[in-house]
Parts: sequence; structure tokens; C-alpha cells
Amino acid sequence: MTTAQPQPRLSLRNISKRFPGVLANDRVCLNLYPGEIHAMLGENGAGKSTLMKMIYGVMKPDEGEILWQGLPVDIAEPAQARALGIGMVFQHFALFETLSVTENIALSLPAREARDLKALGRRIREVSERYGMALEPDRLVHSLSIGARQRVEIVRCLIQDIKLLILDEPTSVLTPQEVEGLFQTLKQLAAEGCCILFISHKLNEVRALCHNATILRGGRVTGECKPAEESAQSIARMMVGEDTPISTTYEKRQGGDDFLVVRNLSLDSPDPFGTRLKNINLRVRKGEIVGIAGVAGNGQDELLAALSGERLAEEAGQISMPAGRIALLPPLQRRNQGLAFVPEERLGRGAVPDMSLEENGLLTAFGAGLVKNGFVNWGKTRAFARSIVDDFRVKCAGIGATAQSLSGGNLQKFIIGREIRQNPSLLLAAHPTWGVDIGAAVAIHKALIELRDAGTAILIVSEDIDELFQISDRICAICHGELSPLKAVRDTSIDEVGQWMAGHFDDGAERENAHAQD
Amino acid sequence: MDMDFVINVLYAMIRTGTPLLIVALGELICERSGVLNLGQEGMMLVGAVCGFMVALTTGSLVLGVLAAMLAGCLMSLLFAVVALGLSATQVATGLALTILGAGLSAFVGESFVGQTLQGFKALPVPFLSDIPLLGPLLFNHDVLVYLSFGLFAGVIWFLRSTRAGLILKAIGETPESATAVGLPVMRVRYLAVLFGGAMAGLAGGYLSLAYTPLWAEGMTAGRGWIALALVVFASWRAERVMFGAYLFGLASILHLIVQGMGVSISSNLLAMLPYVVTILVLVLLSSNSARVRLYAPMSLGKPFHRTQ
Repeated sequence: MTTAQPQPRLSLRNISKRFPGVLANDRVCLNLYPGEIHAMLGENGAGKSTLMKMIYGVMKPDEGEILWQGLPVDIAEPAQARALGIGMVFQHFALFETLSVTENIALSLPAREARDLKALGRRIREVSERYGMALEPDRLVHSLSIGARQRVEIVRCLIQDIKLLILDEPTSVLTPQEVEGLFQTLKQLAAEGCCILFISHKLNEVRALCHNATILRGGRVTGECKPAEESAQSIARMMVGEDTPISTTYEKRQGGDDFLVVRNLSLDSPDPFGTRLKNINLRVRKGEIVGIAGVAGNGQDELLAALSGERLAEEAGQISMPAGRIALLPPLQRRNQGLAFVPEERLGRGAVPDMSLEENGLLTAFGAGLVKNGFVNWGKTRAFARSIVDDFRVKCAGIGATAQSLSGGNLQKFIIGREIRQNPSLLLAAHPTWGVDIGAAVAIHKALIELRDAGTAILIVSEDIDELFQISDRICAICHGELSPLKAVRDTSIDEVGQWMAGHFDDGAERENAHAQD
Repeated sequence: MDMDFVINVLYAMIRTGTPLLIVALGELICERSGVLNLGQEGMMLVGAVCGFMVALTTGSLVLGVLAAMLAGCLMSLLFAVVALGLSATQVATGLALTILGAGLSAFVGESFVGQTLQGFKALPVPFLSDIPLLGPLLFNHDVLVYLSFGLFAGVIWFLRSTRAGLILKAIGETPESATAVGLPVMRVRYLAVLFGGAMAGLAGGYLSLAYTPLWAEGMTAGRGWIALALVVFASWRAERVMFGAYLFGLASILHLIVQGMGVSISSNLLAMLPYVVTILVLVLLSSNSARVRLYAPMSLGKPFHRTQ
């Protein structure tokens, strides 16, 4: 394609961007040709998002030039980028939940095109059918699944004359089957001549989809490759550099006696848009990791809230641990019985954003001798925080740094470290490595495996199915508040779990329900 | 009870509810953009005193009304600069604005206390006012009441059918997303706050130029606060704001009726009634949390910083 059309659609020449204390992009160069699907790879903080924001006009480069179809352009704001034909699908969707699909799309179009909402609705239907992305224009966004929301974002870009589509980690929220559908659409778009910039952590997907890849590390381009000709391992190596460990496989374990037993747990959600839990039956053994897969919003939050005690169940016996029935106990009493919880939201639930790390350490670990007669022993508290920072290699400005000053991955290491240090008998963890870079994810996985081998029962909820297969011993999926069968990881496949995630539970399989009746 | 009596009561209800309706609609627009301005009471007072002073000195009621709206606008501009421009806490800024407005209006209006002027007169609409029942009830008011009808229809139309209304709602829900799709968050919020200020000023002007054409310190008697409660309990919907405002109006004149009938109830209890009734009824109306969430501006009261 480079010979047929020698002129790149987009060229970045020596783009640099400096933030206080960090050089986010250092003389980055990039060429994109029509019809090319180009992967942008790199760890968190490598400068991918910053680069994309400059292309999309959210930020301005300090130095360097952006050439659009051969001509230098100065993209001052997103509206201008869209006028050029550049569309972006954000990792955190830029959607308005209380408005309809049509209204959402109307807001990003120039006023003259969005005046007639009925006509726009028809156009949305046309575009979504043409690219095989089912959408109902009149639905309110809050009632849509995450996958459908992403389709809204993509259709919003496609409805304009699009020449370059930027996707920031689009697959992290989709079922494997939905990912397949998305790739079909992207390939069709590229075949029509659209450029696609694809940011992802998932190297197998990049290998399946992208023609070319640029690898960023520390704000610099450190490599370029054709992903189809590389292995996931070799690309990962380019991303993290020579000295960081990359993914390993872990031995699977059988586990011992049942530790956490959930029996016929049904529970309405307090949130009108939440999911009702339907007859959940689950057993987690000592010394094993059980993984729960599922697309966000299928009852994961509700299940974790019921298990952690944030929400009480209806009958005491619905959840029990060896020390007794706990379904009606508040969180603190469950913690006293050895439960630890790493919630999905790091800032706000896992840690208090404005508080320092030592104070955040105290929040759940105060029982471990840090408080005496109602007084805080600050010496011990500091030592506790410092030991977590050292042992889990949390990058921070010191234990006095506020939680919100840490990157997502480092804060997650701190929170997991804080919980592990209390030697829990049961650990609940939601999305333990979401948005965490490869090096940190490996450290977190190792810590979880060590904890398992020490005999702790671990329950992990994640949307990353690869991760679940890597670290879980047994796995199931949650869909519409129902739990699929629970199978040993070696007896199932990503395909089967993908089916479960979409709600197709195979009735022939052994159900937890079956032997939970006793 | 004869018909004339009922119509008289309802007529008085509309007159009494009107200032509340105007200020609450202004605050509704302001809150839909995600800004909580607790300074309504202060802006109303400054509007009332400025309107009265200008009308008395120039002899023009129209100039008085314009002055009231301008005064409200300037007060809200002060709020906007501090709370939006400098990202100060909206709650604290709004409270400060109310205290400032109360003090400022008392100070400025000191020499005007006790004076009166010829306020707005009822202006029957030709033909329409001859309709039986509805005519005398709806079309025999002063011009500011008609203006409040128009304002009500305008706000509903704006929120339901205009692109600008859609942008306002979107910004009130998720300003981060709005920035990402290129909507001017700050500009819209400034305009919404200024509109709210103008309406608060107008409501104040209605009190001092039409309802009781005089100036008295603290004459708004907590209506600004009731308006704030009204907007929340009306779950940010204009129809319910109107309902609540008139309900307040009805409850306010109830004590006159009851006393007229010769029933002896403590007048303090009766004076409390409008506040209690309005809030109770609206609390019941807003008990369906799912519907409230659909209309509530999710970013309400949170300062917005554009990143970078």
C-alpha cells in the first residue's frame, strides 16, 4: 500500500510534549497510510494517550509538526479534528447516560446536521446496519450494555466522513465474541480506506488485527514491527524493556476444604439500574483461586457488595465461612473473620484519594496492632505502609504521598499489598490488574499465587478473560445476575467461558446448584 | 362554597406562587447545567431593592423590572466568577452570596423603607378574560404573571426541543464527556448561572413592584430557599416546579381563608404551613428514585476542571 499511495494520511514529525517533571512524548514520529490498521503499544505512562490526545486536539504538542494529508495542521480542539475526519473512541466512554443514543450522537455533530433528530435516527440505523453493529437509536444510554455503548461511540465516529479512527483499549470491556464482531467492523472500515489507530494491551488481539505496530516506552518510539510476524512474547519484551519479568504460567491447584459457601443467594439491587442476583451458588476452597468472568454490569458489583458486607443479604445462611454464617454481618465483622476485599474502584473505595499512604494503610489494617486503646500507633503505622511500599515495589514519592498522586497500577499494588499483609483467609478482588501495566500485573499475580499457596481462598472478578485463565484454578461467568457452571480451568476453554458470559449456560455441565442442595 | 370564592382563592394562589415559580425556573436551568447556586435568596433581595429604588426614582416600572434583573445578573456573575472561574466550592460561595445579598439590600434600601409606589396593575387580556371561570383566573393578571407563564412554556420548550437545551443537559450530566465531544462547558455554565441570577432578580422585582409594592428588609421571607428545595423535590422538571410553586401559593393564603372563616388556629402554625406542605408533597412526588435519577444533573455542585 505504501507504493500505491506514497502520501501518508497522517504524519507526526518529532512530536514532544512535556508535563511538569515528565517528558510524556519525546520526538515521536509516525506515518499512517490509508487503509492501515496501526497498533500503538506501550505500558501505562508510555505516552500513548498523550499522543492520541494531541492528534485529536485535546492537547497541543510543545514541539513538532502534525501533517494531515501532506499539509501541516494545527489541531486546536476536538471539533476541528472531527472536521478533518478524525474520530476517537475513548477508553472511558464520553457518553451521556440520561440521553438517548440519537441525542448522544447529535451532540457531537455540527448543529446543522443534528437539527432533525428523526432523520439522524434513520442515518444511525443505516450506518449501524452497514457495519453490522446493532443499535436502537431511541434507547437511553444508561439502559445499554457496555458493548452497545461502545457501538454508540463507534457509530458516532462513523456517521461523519471518517478518515482516521482512534480506539483507546476498545476490547477491554467486550466478550470474546463481541471482540470478534468489532474486528470485523474495523477490517471492513480499513478495506474502505479508513486509517485505524488501535491502542491495546492485548498482544494477541494486536497480532490478529493490526498491519503495523509502533511501540512506545518512556515517551519514545522504541520499536516498530509487523505484529503478525512477531510473537506476543517478543512484542511484550519490546514494550517493557530487557529487565522486567513478563507473563509466566502458574501451576494449577486443587484446593482444600470449602471456605466460602454461598447458598441460593438472591438479592435485589438498590440501584434502579443495577442487576438482581438470582440464586447464586458458589464454593471457594482453601488454597485455590476461583475466577468469575463476565461483562461489566452483569451483577459483579452486586455480588461483591453482598460478599464483602456492603450490602446485607436476606438470610444469615446464604453466605457462610467456617466460623459461621456471615450473610447478615456488617463488613467489619466479616473482616474480623479473615475476609479481605480489594474493590474495583481504587480511588474512593479502595483508598481515600486525599489521604496519605500510611493513613490509607491504617484504614483496613487498624486491627493488626496499629491502634491501641483508641490511639493510633503512628510508628507502627508508618512501618506497615513502608513495608508494603518496599515489598510490592510501589512507586511513590514516599509513604506521605496521597493515594491520588499514585498511578493506577501503583495504587493497586499498595491496596493489594495492604490486604495481603493482613493474612486474610479469604480474599475478594475485583479487576486486580485493570489498567495496570505488564510489570505491575506480573507482580500482583505473583502475590496472589503466593497467597493461594499459603492456603488462602481467593475469589477474583475480572473482565480480562486471559488473566482469569492464567491465574484461576476454577472459573465461571456471571450474566444477568446468574452464575454459570464452575469448572476447573483445564477442563474448559475461552470459547466456552465466552458463551457463559453471553448467558448460554450449557445445561449438560455439572452445575454448582446441583451439589449445593445438600 | 360559591364559585367566585374558589376563583378568588385560585387567583390569589397564582399571584402568590408567581415569584417562587420565576426564581425556581431560573435555578432549574442553572442546576441542569450542573451548578448549584444557593444564593437565590440574596439575589432576590438585591433584585427587589434595586427594582424598587429605580422604579421609585424614575417613575418607570419597566425600568424597575430591568434594574431588578440586571442586579440579579450582577450578583450571579460574582458567584460565577468565584465558583466557576476560580473553582471555589459552590455551596460555600452560594451561602456567602445570600448573606451578602441580605446585608447589601438592607444597607442600600434603608432610606426607602416605608415608601410606596403604584405597582403593576392587573391587565385583562381582551376577549380571553371574558371566558367564564378561566378568564378571571388566568387572564386578569399583571404583566409579570403573564411573563411567568411565558417563561414556564419557554423553559419546557428549551429543555425538550432545542439543541441548546440538549447541550445544557449533557453538560450537567457529565462535563468530562461534554469536553471530550467539544462542548463549551464553562461558557454554558456561565450563561446558565447568569440566567438564574436574572430570574432571581425578576422574582425579587415582582415582590417589590407588583405583589406588595414597597421595600422591606428581608421581604423575600425565605422564598429563595423554598425555590431551591422546590427544584430538587420537583426532580428538576419544570411542570413539577410550577405545581410546587402554586401549591406553596395556595398554602400561603390558606391562613387568610381560615382566619376569614373564624377558625382559631395559632397564626404561627399557619404561617409555617406553606413551607411544610410544599416540601411534604414534593418529597412524596420524588420518592421514585429511578425517575429522579433520569432527570437529576449528575455533576450538580461539583467544580469542573478542564484537564491540562
